[in-house]
Amino acid sequence: MDHYTAVAPAKLSVENVSKWFRRARAHVHALADISLIVNEGEFVALVGPSGCGKSTLLDIMAGLVTPDSGQVFADSQPVRGPGRHRLVMFQESALFPWLDVAGNVRFGLKRLPGLTAHDRMRIVDEHLELVGLERFRNAYVHELSGGMKQRVALARSLAPDPRVLLMDEPFAALDALTAEQLYADVQRIWQTRRKTIIIVTHSAREAVTLADRVVLLSPSPGRVREEFPIKLPRPRDINDPELAAIAQRITAALRRYIPSGIPA
Amino acid sequence: MKRAVPVLLFFAALVLIWHLASVSGRWSPVLLPPPRDVLDYLIDAGSDGTLASATLVTLKRLLIGYAIGIALGMPLGLLTANSRFFHDTIGAVALGLQTLPSVCWIPLALLWFGQTESAMLFVVVMGAFGSVLIATDTGARSIPPIYARVARTMGSEGLDKWTRVILPASLPFLVSGLKQGWAFAWRSLMAAEIYVTILTGFGLGHLLHYGRELSAMDQVIGVMLVIVAIGLIADKVLFSPWERFMHRRWGTGLK
Repeated sequence: MDHYTAVAPAKLSVENVSKWFRRARAHVHALADISLIVNEGEFVALVGPSGCGKSTLLDIMAGLVTPDSGQVFADSQPVRGPGRHRLVMFQESALFPWLDVAGNVRFGLKRLPGLTAHDRMRIVDEHLELVGLERFRNAYVHELSGGMKQRVALARSLAPDPRVLLMDEPFAALDALTAEQLYADVQRIWQTRRKTIIIVTHSAREAVTLADRVVLLSPSPGRVREEFPIKLPRPRDINDPELAAIAQRITAALRRYIPSGIPA
Repeated sequence: MKRAVPVLLFFAALVLIWHLASVSGRWSPVLLPPPRDVLDYLIDAGSDGTLASATLVTLKRLLIGYAIGIALGMPLGLLTANSRFFHDTIGAVALGLQTLPSVCWIPLALLWFGQTESAMLFVVVMGAFGSVLIATDTGARSIPPIYARVARTMGSEGLDKWTRVILPASLPFLVSGLKQGWAFAWRSLMAAEIYVTILTGFGLGHLLHYGRELSAMDQVIGVMLVIVAIGLIADKVLFSPWERFMHRRWGTGLK
């Protein structure tokens, strides 16, 4: 267990971040003056309709995209590029087909200093166990179901022990039942591993099930509109009526910010 | 085994039809020798070492030229995939050369290098390198961008990214490019050996050429069979393991 808590979760602060995308025909104002603080070990969901820039914001936090103005700080250090303390889990699992399951989980460990081959093997085993796939360590990616792929992607992101986990609609492509299982797993992992997690989703229910705080963004340009602290006890069940009522309120708020005539 | 029996029957029937056509007397045995004669030639030329030494000469040229073609084509392909400038320049040249049948290099090679091994190698290299370059370029460009993003967030950059992500991700394209390069190299070498007599080595193409000169149809057909056999063996030895690896891992081409 010691290994799991070795690295403290980080605090992430987004300060006055703006982003434009310059296209041949138009300049799109993607994010307008976003400020947001995510505390150590907090689980925050960014919710908004498509086009609100939530994925761009996540990319900026990851260091994959540079903002046009403003800055992101991870533990008061400015983010200048991607770093192994802030790992991203993408919507498509983006697993490498030429590696087996264990090889994928091991991928990020090769670049970590001070690990022996034995350490790496142990870390891979621990993480496969964490996501319940220890029996599939030698399976190939195409042999896995969608849910299993996302589990491997989760294990791959967690194995290098990042301080922040950024999730970009990781469950959007899964069927409802599989997604529910993964909500339970993610909550369990978050409680044992105490990572700072930021998840981007368009589903208010998913956000309320997982997060301590739901941040609502509105489109064109992307702005932070409202924040909803979620105080429900964990583990949460997406079918809980109380949870559904909160999600309903968020969805209602979301509708107010969608420009009329443009479908969400 | 169940698959092998009908396949063997098919080829046995083919040889039988050939035999019957040949003994029917409709065509001159000089133009259509019976399979038996071709087999005799293969046994004779096989036992006196003619075939073995010609095969060795040809394979040596082929492998060296092909290796040079890969050594040039692969790095250049990675370069053209990653730089618009090199794509527009080197990439365009490679594409242009691809449209040129490799036989067309023979006159130039002869004038530049004379009737030497270098001329042979040159033709093989020109045949192989373009398709390897283009396949590598296509492969590196066709990688889903998400792989590069994953690599970046995991701290894999530079050489590490190339060896652990870009190259394996483009494996399907690389293998088909290498295969095509091999086919082009093989074709260009045969053309070169048939057209050009050189004193430093007597390859399979030369055997074919002299078969024609001597109107020895058993030799012509026999050598053609050897050439086909080498092509098939090369495919099995050089490329099948990679293809099996890919099908197993990517889950493609199953069944």
